Amino acid sequence: MKEKTLITLEHISKSFDGEMVLDDLCLDIHENEFVTLLGPSGCGKTTTLRIIGGFVTPDKGKVLFEGNDITNLPPYQRELNTVFQKYALFPNMSIAENIAFGLKIKKKSKEYINDKIKYALKLVNLEGYENRRPEILSGGQQQRIAIARAIVNEPKVLLLDEPLGALDLKLRQDMQYELIRLKNELGITFIYVTHDQEEALTMSDKIVVMNQGYIQQMGTPEKIYNEPENAFVADFVGDSNIVDAVFLRDELVEIFGAKFPCVDKGFGKNKPVDVVIRPEDIDLLEPGKGSLDGVVTHIIFKGVHYEMEVRTPDGFEWLVHSTDMFPVGTPVSIHVDPFDIQIMNKPQSEDEEAIGVEE
Amino acid sequence: MKNKKLLSLPYLIWMIGFTVIPLILILWYGFVDSTGAFTWDNILAIFRSEHLKPLGISLALSAASTVLCLLIGYPLALILRKAHIKKSGLIIFVFILPMWMNFLLRTYAWLNLLDDGGLILNIAQALGFRGNIVGTNGAILLGMVYNYLPFMILPLHNSISAIDDNVLNAARDLGANETQVNTRVILPLSVPGIISGVTMVFVPSLTTFVISDILGGRKVLLIGNIIEQEFSTASNWNLGSGLSLILMVFILISMAILNRYDKEGSTLA
Repeated sequence: MKEKTLITLEHISKSFDGEMVLDDLCLDIHENEFVTLLGPSGCGKTTTLRIIGGFVTPDKGKVLFEGNDITNLPPYQRELNTVFQKYALFPNMSIAENIAFGLKIKKKSKEYINDKIKYALKLVNLEGYENRRPEILSGGQQQRIAIARAIVNEPKVLLLDEPLGALDLKLRQDMQYELIRLKNELGITFIYVTHDQEEALTMSDKIVVMNQGYIQQMGTPEKIYNEPENAFVADFVGDSNIVDAVFLRDELVEIFGAKFPCVDKGFGKNKPVDVVIRPEDIDLLEPGKGSLDGVVTHIIFKGVHYEMEVRTPDGFEWLVHSTDMFPVGTPVSIHVDPFDIQIMNKPQSEDEEAIGVEE
Repeated sequence: MKNKKLLSLPYLIWMIGFTVIPLILILWYGFVDSTGAFTWDNILAIFRSEHLKPLGISLALSAASTVLCLLIGYPLALILRKAHIKKSGLIIFVFILPMWMNFLLRTYAWLNLLDDGGLILNIAQALGFRGNIVGTNGAILLGMVYNYLPFMILPLHNSISAIDDNVLNAARDLGANETQVNTRVILPLSVPGIISGVTMVFVPSLTTFVISDILGGRKVLLIGNIIEQEFSTASNWNLGSGLSLILMVFILISMAILNRYDKEGSTLA
């Protein structure tokens, strides 16, 4: 399938009160993609979304929509709709009137509007809610109405600004599946902003990890999780152990004096690198049987697994997830399968480090 | 629990002493004659032309001052919403500043400006205006608008600035241009502010006698002046009470109309 580019951000820069929020950001968004902008607060993800929505004008750069420059087009002339973080339903209108708002402005016929309201309420599983008032609905219901209100306008792109942020965990998980279903049924592009890495991994076709106004990495959820390009991405997406290491030669890396076979090649010889190892990829064996010996110093039961900390002689505390239980004080040995070791180049300069890792 | 009830006691005494009992007294005086016998005369007196005309002028002037205050206050409140918070605070402060001066002083100041030899009258005459300003309905209207405008601006500002930015952005996002945002979202959401502003301008305008006393030059009588005269110079408390009751009925009717509009407003599409 040839993917058609729908939105292009070209060299976007934006600062507020002299503070740089986005710096030379370039991004392509394809048709029918579920793209998630993921990052900590202040990373510029919401500003990026607001620039696409037309609520913020960039200082520099262009926004292209199907090839046309829409940088200076006001929101009401853009063929996209937004679902806001706090729902932003019109408090003075019933549910039906809320959903009908955009269609009434476009002067659609009464029959058309009524059909659309029915269709949209069915799509978000809130049939029969036409005459209720927004304030009596729960947060999850209000958010679904906000989605219904946006999609009746048949936008080519739906922008979602942390739409699940205000909901509790269970509801959030349910809504994640709802959103995936909606996206598939509607066949439109979703651009989703969140700081929740689990949400991003669950729903996205493509994740854009951002920090301090820069894109850190772009890719499929699997790629982002399994092959983080730098320490920031590794640290932000999922739990991880990030350690200093030396890349001895192809397929061999030295961590704290112990040699670990790996699958990476081409990082040079005896070169300092960062290594990422996910806690669930560490196997604990009897002392001497793994690559690096240590002692369990901490253990918490997390439901599915135990979360343990293992201190190795160099003083590093390894985060380990395992279904096996090792009491505090147990001597163990760390083993990691070669393909679970992810090698990353060290940042070249302090500048780059500042971009990559948030202290 | 008992302590809490005790805390409300001062308010209860206040309400009974200064609201309930006076109202009962007015009701009593309004429905009896000077001998204490029941009568409708004090109420029906409103239909005498010397009372009907002032009532008509009062209603017309207070309606006009309310509309004018709304026309001045609403755009200002819209501007203030968009202004920087520091700036809007300053502007509000400037509009409220005259309220720090005594109401009578302010009105007398207008008399000085508008009367013979006053600055504004001089300028008007230099521009070819002949006649008086003091003693006209226009002068009284000016006094009403000047004195009561802050009471319109404050509630409008409160209700309009309380509207969530995201709600307006949602409207823009759904295709509303700025005019449509104003008429379809801000206007219906500001109805409570409009209602309290209208109430706070209309009621004192309808019942005022000081503004017409000072700026009316004894030529314009409002219903407030008639009532005041009955209580003071004429010492006819019965007639004064009867006419007060009529005025109260008009105020209640206006409140009822406003409240109905409020309910409609909140369901308006």
